Amino acid sequence: MTSEVAVGADAAKKKSSASTLARVSRYVAVRVVTLFATVVVGVYLTIMIANMGGYVDQIMRNDIQEQVIQQVANDPAAKKMAPDVRKQLIEERVALEVKRRGLDTPVIVRNFRYLINDLQLNLGFATLMTSDSGSRQVRLIILERLPATLLLMGTSELSLFFFSVFLALTLSRRYGSLWDKLTIALSPTSAAPAWFYGIFLILIFAALLKVLPFGGLVDTPPPSNPIDFVFSVLKHLTLPAFSLIISSLFLSIYNWRTFFLIYSSEDYVDMAKAKGLTSRDIERRYILRPTLPTIITNFALLLISVWQGAIITETVFQWPGLGRTLFRAIGFFDTPVIVGSTIIYAYLLAITVFLLDIIYALVDPRVKVGGGNQT
Amino acid sequence: MKTLKKNFLEILRYPSAVIGGAVILILIGIAICTVIAIPYQKAITLWRGGEEIWYRNPKNAAPEWLNWFTSKKKPLSFVINESEGNLVKVVEPEDNGTNHVTLTYTFDYNYDAFPQEIALYFTAKYDQKQPFASLIWKTPDGRSIQFGGFGVSSKQTYRLSQDFNLMNSMGGVNPMEGLFTGIDSREPVKGTYQLIVNGITFEKDDDLNAEFVLQGQLYGWAGTDHMRRDLTIALLWGIPIALIFGLVASLGTLVLTMIIAAIGVWYSGWVDELIQRITEVNLVLPFLSILIMVGTFYSRSLWVILGVTILLSIFTGSIKSYRAIFMQVRESLYIEAARAYGASDLRIIFRYLIPRMIPLLIPGLVSSVPTYVFLEASLAVLGLGDPVLPTWGKIIDDAWVNGALYKGYYYWILEPAALLMVTGLAFALLGFALDRVFNPRLRGM
Repeated sequence: MTSEVAVGADAAKKKSSASTLARVSRYVAVRVVTLFATVVVGVYLTIMIANMGGYVDQIMRNDIQEQVIQQVANDPAAKKMAPDVRKQLIEERVALEVKRRGLDTPVIVRNFRYLINDLQLNLGFATLMTSDSGSRQVRLIILERLPATLLLMGTSELSLFFFSVFLALTLSRRYGSLWDKLTIALSPTSAAPAWFYGIFLILIFAALLKVLPFGGLVDTPPPSNPIDFVFSVLKHLTLPAFSLIISSLFLSIYNWRTFFLIYSSEDYVDMAKAKGLTSRDIERRYILRPTLPTIITNFALLLISVWQGAIITETVFQWPGLGRTLFRAIGFFDTPVIVGSTIIYAYLLAITVFLLDIIYALVDPRVKVGGGNQT
Repeated sequence: MKTLKKNFLEILRYPSAVIGGAVILILIGIAICTVIAIPYQKAITLWRGGEEIWYRNPKNAAPEWLNWFTSKKKPLSFVINESEGNLVKVVEPEDNGTNHVTLTYTFDYNYDAFPQEIALYFTAKYDQKQPFASLIWKTPDGRSIQFGGFGVSSKQTYRLSQDFNLMNSMGGVNPMEGLFTGIDSREPVKGTYQLIVNGITFEKDDDLNAEFVLQGQLYGWAGTDHMRRDLTIALLWGIPIALIFGLVASLGTLVLTMIIAAIGVWYSGWVDELIQRITEVNLVLPFLSILIMVGTFYSRSLWVILGVTILLSIFTGSIKSYRAIFMQVRESLYIEAARAYGASDLRIIFRYLIPRMIPLLIPGLVSSVPTYVFLEASLAVLGLGDPVLPTWGKIIDDAWVNGALYKGYYYWILEPAALLMVTGLAFALLGFALDRVFNPRLRGM
């Protein structure tokens, strides 16, 4: 993502006459334009796939046809009608429904309309799905699911991040120890995805020991007492969160540990050791500081990954989050919901990347901004 | 060649690599045997086949070897017909053209639980008048129970547990329990049982045959699923499919990524720029959602999904790291030399740039296999598995959809999961060791 940032010093020298402000603002402008273009193209591709160049239309038309025929057949008033009147009624209703879902305009036009509306975060209406409160607004559908996903992903991703960074730092200080070797030995377990561990956890804790629920967000009916409610949610949260954590914990620790080890084998760390600094000081000043940009990047990307939810883990645990909603939306061919979810992720990603670029450019002395001309 | 040998010896020094490699070799061996023993077409017919293929098997039966670990032995499944088991057929003709056909099925029953079902699959040959059959059940303790008494059509199934008259005569107990329990105990009586079919045919050339099927609670090496299918087939066929999917996806992705990265670096300019932009766009695209969409909208064929997976995995972060390495390689002297002697662009890319990367590629190739193996299973768990092929993911999905964990059919999920785990771990272990061998920077750590 930092290809426009020229690290080379020569290029920077040539432009040294230009003021810093102009340089930075030009850099910012270029960055905003490229990122926006990326978002536009990415979202357009998603719209294309979600529409399949018209194939979904055909499915939906057939669906509407079938539904209307069913409705008319079940309508006692329609039974008394003459066949041709009934046929006309069916046709009218089909046409109305087709118009309501916007299927009467060509796919290309519709795609661009979606694109422009979505880029303005005007997410529109779902074709079939409704929120629990009964609204068809994509915004409401997504907002309704957001807390559950934030709770699950937030808990697991944050604890995963802090656990692994902290443990990795500890391990890197005494590598070669038994714990270190154990972590290395366990890191291949991360090859399996979270739902896989989820199944095992359900088997052990829900099916065999019967101490935790199989899935869902709260007990049914939800406890009226707020304390019981929180307790019930926590009980339901334990297994999915734990399976998300366990599935990537060891590899994550291993990666961070290796990363810290590379930095702690630098000469200046040896120098600091020779000076007799405490290991705490060395860690803070000479290991954590140079690795901070990477840690920040990882943390930022982690925060936005929370948005997407965990489609399969949520499905396996029947967790009513965004991931499961997205999966259901795909099952319903509900393009607005799919695209709505994608565009928000795309924006979040673009904004994060942009902010990170700017922060690096301002903070890290090794990155010189706007000096390079792209080749 | 020498470095290859040196590397190989180096790899042997890692126990994890040896274990991983051995497991992979075993899996490949089993995969080859499976494909030869059960050809593709046969596997599909078996897996897609319904009752007519699998009618002899019990539903949701656990594997037989579970009996080794319990003192209470559960009944196995078996069949008695002309070719196997103890069947005696006696035909006594009478003057008026009627025949007495007696079919005697004798079997030992030494289990501590009751079977799921006992069924007789009658086949009768007649012209006008259906043969008539009545049954006698003889227990080891000398009792005999008479039941049945029905006309047999040319193909007829008689399930003992479905006979309500029999059930009523036993005081409302399921016949599967009633037929086996003693007079005043709730445990099955052990010993030799007999089922005698007394048949009468009414025309000269008529015949009556029946196959006796006892569906126990256990079956075969892997058990059966809700459609009575033998899970062994899917477990065995899952191996070649998982290996092919994993290896092709991983190899395809890495090779294409490398070629594209090399082309980008070599031609630089707008080509490089385009590749970079595509990579950024691809980061925005939701990978799993697109796979699910392709699965839902276009095709659930494993091979289509494989292609899309490769396509989406090319332009990811790894293309950037390859690019960085190629940038360094591009400046090396031997590339300069190649240019000087007038090598074409393509020649430089494929003969000089890419071969330099192959050692770096191998660990990544091996360690990304599990990701794709599990990806196939993940899609199957979402209900988007290949509808035709038997795969591990499909078994887990079937088990999940049919509530295997609620109902206690643990073997149904644990068997494919264990195989997935073993395969994933083997590749991960090997990849891990290879990474240390080929990336010397990590060796000390």
